[in-house]
Amino acid sequence: MGVLDAVKFDAEGYMVDPHEWTPEIAKAIAESIGIALTDRHWVVINFARKEFETNGEAPTLRRITKMTDVGTKELYELFPGGAAKVAAKISGLGKPTGCI
Amino acid sequence: MAEKNNRKLCIIASKGSLDMAYPPLILANAACMSGIEAHIFFTFWGLDIITKKKMGKLHVATVGNPNMHPWFHIPTLIGALPGMSALASWMMRREIAKLDFPPIPEFVEMVADAGTRLYGCKMSMDMMKLTKADLVEPAEVLGAMEFLEISEGAQTLFI
Repeated sequence: MGVLDAVKFDAEGYMVDPHEWTPEIAKAIAESIGIALTDRHWVVINFARKEFETNGEAPTLRRITKMTDVGTKELYELFPGGAAKVAAKISGLGKPTGCI
Repeated sequence: MAEKNNRKLCIIASKGSLDMAYPPLILANAACMSGIEAHIFFTFWGLDIITKKKMGKLHVATVGNPNMHPWFHIPTLIGALPGMSALASWMMRREIAKLDFPPIPEFVEMVADAGTRLYGCKMSMDMMKLTKADLVEPAEVLGAMEFLEISEGAQTLFI
């Protein structure tokens, strides 16, 4: 059985319950979309998780680039195919709603 | 579960006032965040948004602009007084910063870093005596026909 078998996802691939998230799940989600997580990915993921646990919502990409040392270009390279959506999926957070 | 997205967004930015500079940038940025390919063609006054000397000094027009509400409602005659446009621009910059949207020069850099392709309209540039060196990096110079080729099959917006 894979790590993801017990995890519930919505129709668009976001985790239904962000509280079920574990780093192992993140790795498995990333692998399923062809991303091998590096330390730089974890800077973003850990920040997003911390923000979610503190504020109850996922940070905007702008906040991620302001509060971490990951710049916009790098962020899009780390999470290709739509950085906001892909990072939210791997971080086990819901579909992003921020405009920035 | 892999992201698969063949959507493409092409925006024609034709206005250079502070209030009209934001929509193309916000939409292009949102497109990049969602994995949608984005292109902006800056034409006519829209060129100011990517012109190095102008991009940091865009203003809100207080005369002939019916869209001032709700920041403040200024009768046209008052809006024509010296300093009113600067005041309105200052207020708008402040409100935008509160929402954590960057100032225009930083926003242009951000959308470019996010992968949006930026083009200056060749004809408008010739008219305004601008060269590629006057435009911010990494903007390219493009003719209307070439833009039409790029926008084939895309959703196109005129702003």
